[in-house]
Amino acid sequence: MDFTYDDEQLALRDAVRGLLATAYADHEARRRAVAEDPGFDRALWGRLAEMGVLGLPFSEDDGGVGAGPVEIGVVCRELGRVLAPEPYLSGVVHAGGLVAAVGSPEQKADLLGRLSAGELVLAAADASPGARWTSRADGVRATVSGDVWTLDGVADPVMGGEGADVLVVTAALPDDGGTGVFIVDAGAVTRTGYAAADLTRAASITFDGSAATPLGEPGRDLSPSVATISDLTRIMGANQALGVMQSQVRATTDYLRSRRQFGVTLNTFQALTFRAADMYVSLELAHSMVDWATMTIAGGDPDAVAVAADRVGLHVSRAARHIGQEAIQLHGGIGMTAEYAVGVGTAHLTVLEQWLGNHTHHLSRLAGRVDDHELVEAV
Amino acid sequence: MQLELSPTDAEFRDRMREFFTTKVPQEIRDTVLEGRHLTRDQIVETQQVLNAEGLAVPHWPVEWGGQDWTDLQRHLWHEEMQRAGVPIPLAFNASMIGPVIAHFGTEEQKQRFLPPTANLDIWWSQGFSEPDAGSDLASLRTTAVRDGDDWVVNGQKTWTTLGQFGDWIFTLVRTDPEVKKQAGISMLLIDMTTPGVEVRPIELIDGGHEVNEVWFTDVRVPGDLLVGDLNGGWTIAKFLLGNERVGVAPVGATKRALATLKATAADQLRDPLVRARVADLENELLALELTALRVVAHSAGGEPHPASSVLKLRGTELQQAVSELALDLAGPASLAARAGEDSPQEGWARRTAPTYLNLRKASIYGGSNEIQRQIISRTILGL
Repeated sequence: MDFTYDDEQLALRDAVRGLLATAYADHEARRRAVAEDPGFDRALWGRLAEMGVLGLPFSEDDGGVGAGPVEIGVVCRELGRVLAPEPYLSGVVHAGGLVAAVGSPEQKADLLGRLSAGELVLAAADASPGARWTSRADGVRATVSGDVWTLDGVADPVMGGEGADVLVVTAALPDDGGTGVFIVDAGAVTRTGYAAADLTRAASITFDGSAATPLGEPGRDLSPSVATISDLTRIMGANQALGVMQSQVRATTDYLRSRRQFGVTLNTFQALTFRAADMYVSLELAHSMVDWATMTIAGGDPDAVAVAADRVGLHVSRAARHIGQEAIQLHGGIGMTAEYAVGVGTAHLTVLEQWLGNHTHHLSRLAGRVDDHELVEAV
Repeated sequence: MQLELSPTDAEFRDRMREFFTTKVPQEIRDTVLEGRHLTRDQIVETQQVLNAEGLAVPHWPVEWGGQDWTDLQRHLWHEEMQRAGVPIPLAFNASMIGPVIAHFGTEEQKQRFLPPTANLDIWWSQGFSEPDAGSDLASLRTTAVRDGDDWVVNGQKTWTTLGQFGDWIFTLVRTDPEVKKQAGISMLLIDMTTPGVEVRPIELIDGGHEVNEVWFTDVRVPGDLLVGDLNGGWTIAKFLLGNERVGVAPVGATKRALATLKATAADQLRDPLVRARVADLENELLALELTALRVVAHSAGGEPHPASSVLKLRGTELQQAVSELALDLAGPASLAARAGEDSPQEGWARRTAPTYLNLRKASIYGGSNEIQRQIISRTILGL
């Protein structure tokens, strides 16, 4: 048992941190990036590709690096620390993960190779308007004629969808045949882009007889794989949220030490320092849970990963509410402004939670399973 | 990063689990698992079973019965004991005075006290707190004045847990009233049968007799029972209280209590709100357990990790929360707390209110949770 990074993981963390620090050390740079199309820094995306970060999850045969979940988690934490708007979680972990899970060898080599090289931005279209974190594809229906597939329906919200080149779409197969996964050229659909609460870009996408290429074997129900990739994305989203929360706790303690009111610094007031201590407690417990869930992936058991995703989802969602809300409160008015990273961080935590599953959702799922076990085992 | 235990540690854990579940009398374990009160004899018997196997004081120096385990092994030992319903070795002996004598005591003190302390042939009490010296321990006023070779002790200690069973008491006493308050304190070992020592029970809100006042009136203590340096008591106290924070998050026991509650009140698990409370507590306990493992993995040189305060704070909150859930599941049956064994209400339900009330102490003792927040904000966050 070991909860520490090895030397290579530390080197990866430092390299990614260094690159992101040049890009987003100043929150103004992030504000500029999200304000301009495509909502993130394409040059930075290219440098992440050169560093091998975009190919991290994918096998070397597919043009990737073949790294493990801990390494991907390292990257997500660093992105979270600076609120990087790059569509890594949506485009690489989620959409790329779907391709890696269900694509044919040729499709994987092509799509993941170009994704890893930074030549192609993917987005996963797997949510329907009004739906709530289900791996059933209700909003988009697939039709086949001969061997030509087309899609109809609406996917929304599609995170990272506005700037994507290719969409990885989940759709209901004909005759209640389950869920298929398809590739669609983003130029062939009607796409309405918008900014989420944290100003990262999403889109509403309408398919109207849109030509689609099945990923993997056509017509096969891929819902188990779709569910597992959603679970992996939840766990990596928790890593990203952890990075945000670490920055928020640090910023809040710095602020309490430096901000003067009534002639003294704020850390003179015990009511405030005790609240900061409680933020730290939430952070450390969340950190443990995120490390655990990330390591669970390496075990390779989809059921264990599903439970870990719910556990970390519940815990981190709650920690994110606590830390995010307190970070704003302890900063006072400055925490409410868009020009300051702390309040925007809380917006980002909010988006991560509602995108990937909020605490009520995860608690409800865990509550359904309380009599499956006597004790919850950590190891 | 690696989630699985190494084969060595997994084998260690299995060995502990096997021993605790087969060698400690079932009646004693049932008493713990059902939340009933242990007798003095049950606590002594358990510690002697453990000590015979070398499992009572594994963190002591090897020459005095220690095992030279890793921190992770010590953690596993502690968790498996709680999980099996084995009463942990008496803290006053195993975690407090034993390590102090081994570290600060004279050779003669070690020879005389350590073997019977490990085997619970001597039952120790802790004489630190006083009516005006709780979290502010250095304000203590009990005095020890030199008279020939002896010390003469006068004053009052309080919150002396299980003092009614005590053979000896380790005390902090003021030996120099003229200097800064931390600098004039020494540690004395006092035989509780000495004339002038009086133990008076304090009744608590749960109706139990767990703590006491201990009064000292002209108690003569031989000079060779001073531990460490004269006026060096504060250093010893810090050493001892640092040890006290290790393992202070009772994760294994709280997990076990929740699992037992799930089984006992199974019919109430049909209520979705109850299921949600259980699921929530299980998840919080998992996060706490994982944090304990992270702290163990990081702790170096036996010094408590700064995040130990997180464990104490959250561990006691969750311990209290599980007792609160138990109380709510018992409902009106909890009113029969002081009814006899012939009560028509089930025993587990009758015990919930006293347990819930008793566990209010957990966020007060061992450095109150406010003290832990102070430690986190000052030491870790630099506020």
